Amino acid sequence: MEAVIHKPVANPLRMFFTSRTWRRLARRKSALFGLVVVLLVITVAILAPVLAPYDPAAQSWTAVRQPPSAQYWLGTDEAGRDILSRIIYGARASLMAGVISVGIAMAIGVPLGLAAGFVGGLLDGFISRFTDAMLACPFLILAIAFAAFLGPSLTNAMLAIGITAMPLFVRLTRGQVLSIKAEDYIEAARAVGNPQWRIAIRHILPNVLPQLMVQATLTIASAIIAEASMSFLGLGQQPPAPSWGSMLNSAQRFLSNAPWMALWPGMAIFFTVLSFNLLGDGLRDALDPRSK
Amino acid sequence: MTTLLARRLLQLLPTLFLLSLIIFSLQHLLPGDPALVLAGENPDPETIARIRAAYHLDQPIFVQYLFWIQGVLTGDLGESLRHNQPVLDLILQKLPVTFQLAVMGILIALILGIAGGLISAVKRDTAADYATNVVSLAGISIPNFWFGIMLILFFSVHLGWLPASGYVSPFNNWRMNLATTIMPAFVLGTGVAGVIMRHTRSAMLQALESDYVRTARAKGLSERTVILKHAMRNALTPIITLGALEFGALLSGAVLTEQIFTIPGFGKLIVDSVFNRDYAVVQGVVLFTAVFYIALNLLADIGYILVNPRLRS
Repeated sequence: MEAVIHKPVANPLRMFFTSRTWRRLARRKSALFGLVVVLLVITVAILAPVLAPYDPAAQSWTAVRQPPSAQYWLGTDEAGRDILSRIIYGARASLMAGVISVGIAMAIGVPLGLAAGFVGGLLDGFISRFTDAMLACPFLILAIAFAAFLGPSLTNAMLAIGITAMPLFVRLTRGQVLSIKAEDYIEAARAVGNPQWRIAIRHILPNVLPQLMVQATLTIASAIIAEASMSFLGLGQQPPAPSWGSMLNSAQRFLSNAPWMALWPGMAIFFTVLSFNLLGDGLRDALDPRSK
Repeated sequence: MTTLLARRLLQLLPTLFLLSLIIFSLQHLLPGDPALVLAGENPDPETIARIRAAYHLDQPIFVQYLFWIQGVLTGDLGESLRHNQPVLDLILQKLPVTFQLAVMGILIALILGIAGGLISAVKRDTAADYATNVVSLAGISIPNFWFGIMLILFFSVHLGWLPASGYVSPFNNWRMNLATTIMPAFVLGTGVAGVIMRHTRSAMLQALESDYVRTARAKGLSERTVILKHAMRNALTPIITLGALEFGALLSGAVLTEQIFTIPGFGKLIVDSVFNRDYAVVQGVVLFTAVFYIALNLLADIGYILVNPRLRS
C-alpha cells in the first residue's frame, strides 16, 4: 500500500529527467540551441581564468579604445582593458546574479506558497495579499528601490532582485499546491495517517518541482537582464570588476569613436537571456502532457 | 456589476495596506541611523534634528508609520531633500513626459504585437510563423537599454537622422518632440510587442479552431471576413486587457530608456534620486507607480467585464 501511494510522488522529479521529457526537449531545436548556449556560458564562466587572454582589470594606456584586431579580438575599452576578457569574466557576475537571486526568490517564495496553498484560511489570505502588494510594484522599480536603500553592490543587487522575484514563486507554488491537494493520491496519503508536514513536503512539493524548474529558468533570464540594468545604472557590480551592464554604461560615452565597446557586452546579454528563455519555453512544452 | 465592483474595491484594501507597509519599511533598510543617512554628507546637527522631527524617527515605529500613512492619504509624500519641493509635485511635473512615452510605446506595441500575432496564427507552421516567433522572443530577450544604445548608434551617430538625447515639449515644437521621443518609444514598445504577439497568436489559434469560426466558414464567408470579423474580434478582448496591464510595465522600462536618451521624466527622476540619496522621492515614485498599476488593473477588470456579457450577468 505504502509503495502504491508513494509512486506518484517519486514520478514528477524523475519525470523531469526521464527519457520522454528529454526526447520532447531534444525535438525542439530552439530549446536545444538554448541549452547548448546556456551550457557554453556556464563553461565560459567556470573556466574564465583559463579562457581569458588577458587580466580583465589590467589597464594599458598604450592600447586605449583599440578596434577589434588579431591582438584584441573584440577590441579594448577606454582604459585599454581587453573587452573579450571582460566579457568572459562578466559571465560570472551575470550567471551568479541570475542563479543566486532566483535561489533567494525560491528559498523564500516556495515555502510561503506551500504554506498558503496547503494551510489555507487566514494565512493564505495574508500571504496572497502580500504577494499582490509586491506584484503591484513594477519589477525593476522595486528592485532599484531595494538596491537604493541597501546600497550599491552586486550582492545587494542580487538580494534586491531575489526579493522582487519572490512573489512569482509564491503565486506559482500556491496555485500548484491547490490543484495537487485535490488529487486522489494526496487523499490516500492522508488516509494512511501521514502527518500534514510529511504530505506537504514528501507528497506535494515534489509534484510542484517541474513547474518550478520551468519558472526558475525563465526568471533567471529576467534576473540577468535586471542585474545588467542595475549594473548599467551603477547599482550592481562596482568598477573595476567586470560586468556586462557596467561595460555598457562606460561604452555609452564613446559611441561615436568606439562602437565595439557597446556591441559585444549587449550581444552577450542578449544571447544568454534568449537562451534561457528558449530553454524555459522548451521545458514547459516538454513537460506539458498535451504536447506531443 | 456595482456589487462586483464594490467587492473588487474591498479586496484591494488589504493589498493597499500591505503595499504601504512594504514601501514604508524601505527606509528601515538603510544601514545605521536613518536620520544620518537621509541628511547626506557632512550634515549639521540642525539638519539631522529637522529630519528626525520630519520623519518622527524618535517615535516608535508604528507611530512613524501612522504619521507617514496619514501624509500619504492626504497627498503628502514628503519633501525632496535635493529639490526642496514636495515629492508629489515633482512626480506630477515629470509624469506627462513619461506618460507621452508610455502612450507612444503601447501604441507601437499594440500595432506590432497584434499584426505579428495575427500573421503568425493565420500562417501557422510556415516560415512567417517561425520568423514572427523568433522576433517576439528576441523582443522579450533584448535588454532595452542596449537596444536604445544600438538605435542611437545607427540613427543618430551613423545616419544623423535623429537626436541622440534630450526632450522638447510638444507645445514648443511638435516635430522636435516627435524626433526626440520616437526612438525611446520604439525601445519601450518592442519589449511589450513581443509579449502581445505571443498572446495574440495563442488567442487567435484558439479562436480559429472554435465552432463559430467553423460555422462562419460553412456559411461561405470569405477567409478575410472570417479572420478579421469573427475570429479577431473575439481574440482581441483579452489582448486589450493585457495592453492595459503592460502600460504599467512600460513605466518600469522608462527607468532605463529615459536614462539612455536623457529624457527628464519619471524614470530619470527615480534614478537621479537614488544617486542623490533623496529617499523620500524613491519611496514616492514606488508608491505612485504601484497605486497607478493597481488602478490600471482595476480598470482592465472593469473593461473585461463590460465587453464580456457572460461576466456582466
